[in-house]
Amino acid sequence: MSAAGESAWEAVIGLEVHAQLLTRSKMFCSCRADYLGLPPNSNTCPVCLGLPGSLPVINAEGVRLTMRTALALNCEIPDFTKFDRKNYFYPDLPKGYQISQYDLPLSRAGWLEFEVEGRTVRAGITRVHLEEDTGTLHHSGEIQHAAFSLVDLNRAGVPLMEIVGEPDLRSPAEARAYLATLRQLLVYIGVNDGNMEEGSLRCDANISLRPPGQEELGVKVEIKNMNSFRSVQRALDFELLRQAEVLDQGGRLIQETRGWSELEQRTVSQRTKEEAQEYRYFPEPDLPPLLISRAEVEMVRSQLPELPAARRARFQSQYQLAEAQARLLTGRPGDSAYFEVVVGAGVPPQLAANWQLGDLQGLCNAANLEVGESLVKASALAELLKMVDAQEITTRVAKEVLAQVFEAGGSPAELVQSRGLSQLSDPDQIASLVDQVLPRQAKAAADYQAGNDRALAALVGAVMGLSKGRANPEVVNRLLRERLPRSGG
Amino acid sequence: MTLLEEPIRALARRLRARELSAVELAQEALGRIRALDPAIGAYLRLTPELALEAAARADQALARDPAGASPLCGIPVAYKDVLCTRGVETTAASQILRGFVPPYSATVVERLERLGVVPLGKLNCDEFAMGSSNENSSYQTTRNPWDAGRVPGGSSGGSAAAVAARIACATLGSDTGGSVRLPASFCGVVGVKPTYGRVSRYGLIPFASSLDQIGPLTKTVEDSALVLTAIAGRDPRDSTSVEAPVEGILGQLGAGVKGLRLGIPKEYLKVGIDPSVRSVFDQAAATLERLGAELVEVTLPTTEFALSAYYVIAPAEVSSNLARMDGVRFGPGFEGDTSLREAYDSARHRGFGEEVRRRVTLGTYALSSGYYDAFYLRAQKVRTLVARDFERAFTEVDAIISPTAPTAAFELGERTGDPLAMYATDILTLPANLAGISGISVPAGFAAGLPVGLQVLGPYLGEATCFRVAQSMEEEAKVWRQLPPLSRVTA
Repeated sequence: MSAAGESAWEAVIGLEVHAQLLTRSKMFCSCRADYLGLPPNSNTCPVCLGLPGSLPVINAEGVRLTMRTALALNCEIPDFTKFDRKNYFYPDLPKGYQISQYDLPLSRAGWLEFEVEGRTVRAGITRVHLEEDTGTLHHSGEIQHAAFSLVDLNRAGVPLMEIVGEPDLRSPAEARAYLATLRQLLVYIGVNDGNMEEGSLRCDANISLRPPGQEELGVKVEIKNMNSFRSVQRALDFELLRQAEVLDQGGRLIQETRGWSELEQRTVSQRTKEEAQEYRYFPEPDLPPLLISRAEVEMVRSQLPELPAARRARFQSQYQLAEAQARLLTGRPGDSAYFEVVVGAGVPPQLAANWQLGDLQGLCNAANLEVGESLVKASALAELLKMVDAQEITTRVAKEVLAQVFEAGGSPAELVQSRGLSQLSDPDQIASLVDQVLPRQAKAAADYQAGNDRALAALVGAVMGLSKGRANPEVVNRLLRERLPRSGG
Repeated sequence: MTLLEEPIRALARRLRARELSAVELAQEALGRIRALDPAIGAYLRLTPELALEAAARADQALARDPAGASPLCGIPVAYKDVLCTRGVETTAASQILRGFVPPYSATVVERLERLGVVPLGKLNCDEFAMGSSNENSSYQTTRNPWDAGRVPGGSSGGSAAAVAARIACATLGSDTGGSVRLPASFCGVVGVKPTYGRVSRYGLIPFASSLDQIGPLTKTVEDSALVLTAIAGRDPRDSTSVEAPVEGILGQLGAGVKGLRLGIPKEYLKVGIDPSVRSVFDQAAATLERLGAELVEVTLPTTEFALSAYYVIAPAEVSSNLARMDGVRFGPGFEGDTSLREAYDSARHRGFGEEVRRRVTLGTYALSSGYYDAFYLRAQKVRTLVARDFERAFTEVDAIISPTAPTAAFELGERTGDPLAMYATDILTLPANLAGISGISVPAGFAAGLPVGLQVLGPYLGEATCFRVAQSMEEEAKVWRQLPPLSRVTA
């Protein structure tokens, strides 16, 4: 529970999320949108360098992906939208203005549902609009004392979507859950890679406090520079305490922008309202307005994939999975697709879920891979699990085969065949194994007969070991019990 | 007699017949520039090597396929210095762009050069095309070839003067509020303001993006039609350019004015037109009537507000368009230990001239919160009304005629101390830019030895009608057959 619980103040939080779109080219020119790792200023052209006389051209894919996001967030899409210029001077902004959207954005009035502390919360989405990213600056040392700063415009003009949330969040934990759910959604629908560390997904927060029950909002502080889920929650926790302290002591807050310092774990004032930028928005004269037809909207809507919440609900009902397993399987679109291939091949859903989330996920985690990236293709897991389901191999053998396929690829059925790993169920053969084990395990046998149940497990293990894991454990159990009758029975 | 006195079609015939080579023609043009331009100051820089290379290529093309070559193949042209030319310094006559060599050419330049034109150089203008006299160039004074003590008009003054002095066959200018038509009128040449969107603006260093159009300046109406046809048409790099047929512009030339209804806006005759200009206009109107046109009085009631609206909208766009000139990547740069803000201030103060700074300041103010509604938004409403005025008028008439400017060319220095008087020079031309319609200025006669232009305005994409009317005027007035004093080479 965060500090807000004990405070006399209610937190009011709204997030502004910037997400780079996964288009091939930049928003207004044909340079690559994927700029990471390229030599500085190599991914540029007259348009994104802002050379005089160059003109922007709208990337239709950027518009489509923004509409896709807006629809996934239940927004309205108006018939008419336009771009505007947001004017300010900064060295990472080559034109001296950012092409953005001001009063007539591509979408507005949506909502996002998320779960936090066992509750489902619905938060409003004010708008989703489209703009262009800036370049990046590299200071020689700390910005205030830098002898020089270098400008890299590889990122300038990358399509950037701004998702403005309503101030509907009431705690840092809610803010974090909202952001996590939003991130999952963006990745799900293929518009953003969800990478906060590299800045393809960025989050600013507005937070104010008010006495519970009061309608009117308190003085708002904007927090910037949070580049992980954890820093979002910590920065808001810190800010909540800071503001509560000021208010508790009868002080007054000022409207300002504060930056989160990861190093000092606190927020630091950057600029006050008086120093706020005057952006002088006006319609971008180089780009005609966009007229959006209903047919276009319906086309984009029809291409939306199943969203995470809907897929989770379906997994619970269609496959009879527990909520926790359904949630894990639908966390990433690749994981649920994998699962559905396995089940589609005839594997019972519960068995498939147990193995994908258990052994396979464990191997993948250790190798830092997503399930879909491993050498165990979904068809291979299905092949393996069908043998388990038909009791053709034991669980123990299945685990070994899985590990081998994970390491070297290949077909589980062929591995079982070539190594003779299929399950041994013939009672006569197993009986001979039991006969070999019992003389060597006389103490365990005696312990079992004296009432120690755990001794039986040791005996089963010994028989299984002798069979190299192939013996049917149920048959082993039954034969051991027959051979070692207990007096009290 | 110089070859550059001949219209493009005549030169094209000689080039195709191999009576004349493009290289000879280029050498003639370059020789005349060297002889005459020191007294005129039209060119900011020459590109003789590029010209001779292009001429040699044109000669090859003409030899290979004389019938297939464009009439513009081998024709010497020059560009206003707001048009980007790959590998050739482009300054917009501003210090802040001194040394800027664009890595690309404007679409219009590419289109002309693909047809084989011979580029002579870059032409002087008002800094960033802001001015009506050419006196705002930060590099040099351009003189009117008809009277060296007078301005050539602006902002495309170098483009008009070069054609008038026959030191280019055709030039390109840009017209934001009259910047092609006004100097065309002052210098006695033809100048076209195409419909907004008719010509790609890609590579035009912008003044006001929603008003700018590139247009030709030439000796004759047909020459302008040839150049406009070559540069017009949709360009995927300019989203405001439109797909529209251009064939009619040349196709309807020579059709005359018989049966055309020509509107004369009563408001345009009330703006303080110089009596000698008025007299030329009245004669021109009478001539057109004699040729079979019907003259009709029309009303454009919003005219009196157009100038104010223009001087809100254009500076607003300027303040944003020029923000990229921050002194970091262009201009003199800065040294020493300054804050970022000081560095910007210093670079922009040193890099921009007074008129540019004035308009940036005006525009910044007009867009500021608290003033936006009162200025920018209201100006946009006026703009809509101006456009409706024209739409209404064009339901009654085929074209509108007026003087291009209230006066003939004025004296150097006469208006530099009075920005408002200078702004009023554009009163008859800028409404067409606000409305986005087509227009042309054609020489109609002389007032006290100075040329006077007739402005013909047509509806949206109505260039063909403008050209018809202008050509009828040209056939009667024959101004292009008279040469200004500064066009004569003295031994």
